[in-house]
Amino acid sequence: MKKYISQTTILIISILLCVAIKAHAQLNIVITEGVDNATPIAVVPFGWEGEGILPGELSDVINHDLRRSGRFNPMNMSQMPQFPRDISSVNYQSWVDKGINTIVVGKVKELGGDRFQIDFQLIDTQAGSQLEKSGQMLLDGQLVAGQSQLIAGRTLTVTGRDFRQFGHRISDIVYEKLTGQRGAFLTRIAYVAVRDRETVARPYQLVIADYDGENELALLSSKEPLMSPSWSPDGNKLAYVSFENGKPQIFIQDIYTMSRVKLTDFPGINGAPRFSPDGKKIAMVLSKDGNPDIYVMEIATRQLTRVTRHRAIDTEPSWAPNGKELVFSSERGGKPQIYRVNLETNRIKRLTFEGDMNLGGTITPDGTELVVVNRTNGNYHIARQNLNDGAMQVLTTTFLDESPSIAPNGSMIIYSTLHEGTQVLSLVSLDGRFKARLPGVAGQIKAPSWSPFLR
Amino acid sequence: MKTSTSLRSLLIAVPVMTLMACSSGPSEAELAAERNRVAAEQAAAQQAAEQANQEQVRLEAAQRLQQAQEIAEQERDELMSMQTVYFDFDRATIKADFYNVLDKHAAFLVKNMDQTIVIEGHTDSRGTPEYNIALGERRAQAVETYFLNAGVSASQISVVSFGEEKPAVTGTSEYAFAQSRRAVVVYK
Repeated sequence: MKKYISQTTILIISILLCVAIKAHAQLNIVITEGVDNATPIAVVPFGWEGEGILPGELSDVINHDLRRSGRFNPMNMSQMPQFPRDISSVNYQSWVDKGINTIVVGKVKELGGDRFQIDFQLIDTQAGSQLEKSGQMLLDGQLVAGQSQLIAGRTLTVTGRDFRQFGHRISDIVYEKLTGQRGAFLTRIAYVAVRDRETVARPYQLVIADYDGENELALLSSKEPLMSPSWSPDGNKLAYVSFENGKPQIFIQDIYTMSRVKLTDFPGINGAPRFSPDGKKIAMVLSKDGNPDIYVMEIATRQLTRVTRHRAIDTEPSWAPNGKELVFSSERGGKPQIYRVNLETNRIKRLTFEGDMNLGGTITPDGTELVVVNRTNGNYHIARQNLNDGAMQVLTTTFLDESPSIAPNGSMIIYSTLHEGTQVLSLVSLDGRFKARLPGVAGQIKAPSWSPFLR
Repeated sequence: MKTSTSLRSLLIAVPVMTLMACSSGPSEAELAAERNRVAAEQAAAQQAAEQANQEQVRLEAAQRLQQAQEIAEQERDELMSMQTVYFDFDRATIKADFYNVLDKHAAFLVKNMDQTIVIEGHTDSRGTPEYNIALGERRAQAVETYFLNAGVSASQISVVSFGEEKPAVTGTSEYAFAQSRRAVVVYK
């Protein structure tokens, strides 16, 4: 009986704790720059053909996704000229008159048993208007086959629980059709939240959430620091550094089963783990041989290969998308700069020269750009450097920027910065035109890592 | 006749002797027992004295040890109040102001060989977390090298860098940065 009560108490406490964690750390978004040069679009509220309550508002999810991508400026519902549910009821000219060339329409039908049929269509209103004018639109009241105004359309059956995810899928389709680039709305971010160290017993938390801050989950809470979360390429695992045993050790944790493995426990620094693109190896920093150098460990065999051997600091390894090279930060030239090492030949080449120092280098998924933390005149900003011509462009104007992580489609960088004395996550598009802040509700938020594409 | 005379004198003498023996006290056996008793008493007294002496020695030793421990603890407490060394921005060189403090730690560690310490290295929040882990280790190692040069055994020292993860003062003021750029000698 007593045991039963204590178990119940623990359960209740842990439920309260989970709620508290969720309520506290949830990320918001404040777009600070870049709405003006985004493309206008309209996502019409989806029609509802059912008895009960709509399990989720798809058009809200899509609106937020498109706005957060920085590429689109979705129209406010109050300004919409009409609320069509499918292509047959669209008044094309009314949208063109409002300056909207693309609209998303759809409807949700309840099938019973928590199953729903979702239809959506992505429509080019300008093309529709042209067709309307030339009188080719309707044939005996039926839509003409091969409509050039229909950019994309799908019919799918989902459960209520999957509503949100399906919204992201629609966003992915819309984004890809209109930009030619794969959407990254079905992705997650991992980050470290640090609550008040004076009052919270386990202030360091490793958190994962959908890319938009929803569905947040604390994987681990610790008395001692947690650092450097990094995703496995299948999106199932995280590698990170934990000081829970009074010293830094690298762990790998499955985000679904929560099972975890201690990968390294060498004397000195065990840091900056990064999965290789094939998921079989982890690049890391170890100082067991005297000072920080780059190593690569094969996960299955724990076999360790030393990559750099220099008495200066070498740190922050990051894989090139081809898996054959690493970029890393090194002080071998005096101040820290970014270098590239070929893992077959071990040949090393310096990549950055602009500014007092450059740190935290990552190559974009297409292999053409290097994203760095650039320090110029004592200011730390996120910058990108073209790997062909070497031209560097500073992207941010925020304060003490660090830990940039690139979305898997290369469109956006998430990084950590200081805003009014608190560490928050921020977003900047790779062209620097779109900027947003993702403030957490409590504590410092740092070390963001953007997941690969998830299925 | 001679025999009878001596017999007679014996007959007189024996009662006299017996009489004398009665009046003059202890027998030979009694005397021996008495001697044994005295000897035993003396031995016991001596043993007690020796025990007391040993106890005294032990007490004094304990007191001395306690005093030594108290002094060591006092020294430790004193050292604990000056366990932090501060660094300049992006530097891991120990400033001359801290030589005196570090010398005191070193002297204590040399005297107390079974005392172990952890030297923590920390940085301010400028720069990337990974670079700061390396910088923090360099700071902690600078203190370690100072101690080794002062004769402290390597087995007494371990080093851990927390980089920018545990600032002494949060915030972005110069004061907060300066307070956070530190190495801390932690007694275990």
